[in-house]
Amino acid sequence: MSAHALLRPAIERFVRHRLAMGSAAMLGLVALAAAAAPLVEHALGASAAAVDLFDRFAPASPAHPLGTDELGRDVLVRLLYGGRVSLFVGLTAALAAACAGTVVGLVAGYLGGRIDALLMRITDSVIALPLLPLLIVLAAIDLEKLGFSPHAAASENASLYRIVVIVALAGWTTVARLVRASALALRRRPFVLAAQAQGAGPARIMMVHVLPNLATPIIVATTLAAGQIILLESVLSFLGLGIQPPIPSWGNLLTNAQELIWSSPALAFYPGIMIFATVIAFNFLGDGLQEALDPRAQRR
Amino acid sequence: MIRYLSARLFQSLVVLGVMSFVIYGLMGLMPGDPVDLMISADPDVSAVDAARLRALYGLDRPVAERYGNWLKAALSGDLGYSRAHARPVLDVLWPALGNTARLLGAALILSLAVGLPAGIVAATRPHSKIDYTINLMAFAGVSVPPFWLALLLIIVFAVVLGVLPAGGMGALAGGGFWEGARFAVLPVASLTLASIGGHTRYARAAMIETLRQDFVRTARAKGLRPTRVVIGHALRNAMIPVVTIVALEFGYLFSGALITETVFAFPGMGKLIFDAIMGNDFNLALTALLFATALTLLGNFLADAAYLWLDPRISFRSADA
Repeated sequence: MSAHALLRPAIERFVRHRLAMGSAAMLGLVALAAAAAPLVEHALGASAAAVDLFDRFAPASPAHPLGTDELGRDVLVRLLYGGRVSLFVGLTAALAAACAGTVVGLVAGYLGGRIDALLMRITDSVIALPLLPLLIVLAAIDLEKLGFSPHAAASENASLYRIVVIVALAGWTTVARLVRASALALRRRPFVLAAQAQGAGPARIMMVHVLPNLATPIIVATTLAAGQIILLESVLSFLGLGIQPPIPSWGNLLTNAQELIWSSPALAFYPGIMIFATVIAFNFLGDGLQEALDPRAQRR
Repeated sequence: MIRYLSARLFQSLVVLGVMSFVIYGLMGLMPGDPVDLMISADPDVSAVDAARLRALYGLDRPVAERYGNWLKAALSGDLGYSRAHARPVLDVLWPALGNTARLLGAALILSLAVGLPAGIVAATRPHSKIDYTINLMAFAGVSVPPFWLALLLIIVFAVVLGVLPAGGMGALAGGGFWEGARFAVLPVASLTLASIGGHTRYARAAMIETLRQDFVRTARAKGLRPTRVVIGHALRNAMIPVVTIVALEFGYLFSGALITETVFAFPGMGKLIFDAIMGNDFNLALTALLFATALTLLGNFLADAAYLWLDPRISFRSADA
């Protein structure tokens, strides 16, 4: 049976899952809109950074489809640029978390014994911690004291890379646990025993024989982690610890919105609805992928 | 059982010890140090004086040595002074802890009161319209940014309707109990709404799992009414994993409290930690973070103990269960 023949029922199940299909379409649309941010900027003739103090809090108009903010900047263009940043952080950190979690889960699940016990104790301990306060500390530390040059620490992109690392630190545990459970089930399967009998070492067996069979838990866990990570990034940026202005992100667009809540509540609405829609789409997508790829796990 | 629990307690203490060192180390990596703060308060301090002050306070020592000194003092009950509040750290901490306990307690009870029945109803009618609707709401609940939810509540109830205060705490202004309760409505509502979704999903999953088991089929085969089967037979068993997950969620709930308290300017532990970190109040931030960590670990320990107590099927023979 070819790989294609195996995938086919999964694809059919996925297509039948209307919510997941809708979510995939929705995420595609958001990504497309974010990618098209410079085009929209050009079409509107409104630069994302252009401050216009004579045109503050403007209502929606053809020139500014969603109006302008407290500095007279176009809300739509800022929202789209914020989407680029939030999606970039979410996807990069989700991939990083997936890699770290896969390595930990694979090694723990396949090797078992003391290494498994140690790695899982560490994973459980990280899950048990009050994560947000600790991440706030990490977000507040001074990069210069870690040995980065003052130039690198103060550069515009430092906040971007720092937040990727921080939210990835929070996201790897889910992946590690799911991957470990699957690796544990695989280690006694005949094809793994056959490879062992042929004299393959543990590293080779893990990479060549076990890892490809872990695709389902890895894909599902990464999708769910992406949603959680976007949510976490928005929280940290909202608190002023994530992406630093003038770089817009969906989280930090809401930072000022609270102070302006009495005069223009609409400013607080748009970035939040974007975060909400994106995160719920990732969650539906993860759920749908799980049902499509692993129907046994979700027999309801 | 005693052996298992004491091993778990020991493990929690090890984690707490490791975290105290990690947090202490991270505090040292925050921008500035106490002497920098003195210099910013008094520009006349010369570089030589600054170096002398650093030596006086032991700030020039390696981090392991400073940690040792702090630990010795902390274990003897001296946690230092809060810089921003100019009071001993514990004096600042206790009232905040009480406020957060009330906030979390109210939100937990309310979200369980709504989430558990909703999850159980959904589980007893899988693939029905009700299940679909409840599931959709639960997904929305776990996907909504908690601070945005808080902002929306402020917009609706404080800005548009003008019926509730947007933040702060009434009791400080000298109002009575009802005045204080008015200030608590929005924070509690926001934290409750943020956790209902998760509780609904756990209850639904656990109930579906239980309803699939043989003893439920037997009960149904005996001809019992469906409500009787669900409430009399399945519920107790389904609640075992739910109790565990809810207790394990303590760390998550605490993170939620930090967001809620910050948005509503509610004087609890979360806001205290946030302000202490932002304001370079090292002693307070360190102690408050350790308190939060210790409480979370305690919550997890209690979850384990509750699980053992509720489920007599668990064997204590396997040491690493």
